[in-house]
Amino acid sequence: MDIESALAWLQSTWIATAVAENDILFPWIESVHVLAIVLVVGTISIVDLRLLGVASLDISAKRLMRDVIPYTWGAFAVAAITGSLMFSSDATHYAHNRLFQIKLVMLVLAGLNMAVFHLFSERDIERWDAPGATTPVAAKTAAVISLMAWIAVVSLGRGTGFTMH
Amino acid sequence: MTLNEICHWIDQTALSQWIQVAGWVVPTVQTIHILAIAVVASSALMLDLRLIGVFWANRPLEAVKARFLPLVWWTLLVLLATGIIMIIAEPARSLKNPAFQLKMGLLIAALTVTALFQFLHRRNAAFGDAAGPRAAAVTLAVVSILLWSSIIFAGRWIAYFA
Repeated sequence: MDIESALAWLQSTWIATAVAENDILFPWIESVHVLAIVLVVGTISIVDLRLLGVASLDISAKRLMRDVIPYTWGAFAVAAITGSLMFSSDATHYAHNRLFQIKLVMLVLAGLNMAVFHLFSERDIERWDAPGATTPVAAKTAAVISLMAWIAVVSLGRGTGFTMH
Repeated sequence: MTLNEICHWIDQTALSQWIQVAGWVVPTVQTIHILAIAVVASSALMLDLRLIGVFWANRPLEAVKARFLPLVWWTLLVLLATGIIMIIAEPARSLKNPAFQLKMGLLIAALTVTALFQFLHRRNAAFGDAAGPRAAAVTLAVVSILLWSSIIFAGRWIAYFA
């Protein structure tokens, strides 16, 4: 099955059709999506700003991430589910939308960035997270990439809305 | 001056006309608006969760408040500025829109609740802590969360009532 027929199949499923045809379902799902992404971006910014040494300096980075990131994941799960529902309702058009395509690339970038941070910088966090020690450049770079990627995701998401016809 | 007349007057200003023609302004301003909402909503949420006692319960409320409350108030200025630009760009679409009007009402309520918390905490340093009036603090926090969430919903629904 090629991509085009997979997309066509997806938007023909009962749930995709329900979202597409029901006048209030899509707006509700979209609103929950906005609320969810607002919390993803907001909470991950708390972590990124800590890694950059801009805020929450009285808490260890490790502690902060452990406390905040569960909320980021929870919000992301909701964003992914609502996003998937909206995507499926008009899969072919979304898939062909250039801004949406780049948005997905940015999401992958954000994910890879997080994975790299987790596999490398976070490994010896005990060392660089000690009071008085400075956050390594790699960790700060991850924080900057994270912020930029998520700002891009929000912009491209808004742009997708404008360019879907 | 009626609302219709006000909207028409704004629409006819040079600034409004320029923004309407320059297609990039509204999407850009909307994106900044959303990012600012991320800061305000997340900051308010973290503080409200602290008041409920599920987040950073072992940190003093004073520290959590100092960390997040300034972000709420200062970022609201960004929301105000971007909001005003959007109203200037599309006065009728906002000012005459029931979703927008509801959003403004909810916003006033949210700001009142936030200010009320600050007032109560200043008056009684134990407010929000285990020793203080728990029910009041939790209620305030839950109402705050509901209000900010509703504001976000109402904001999105503006497009559907336009």
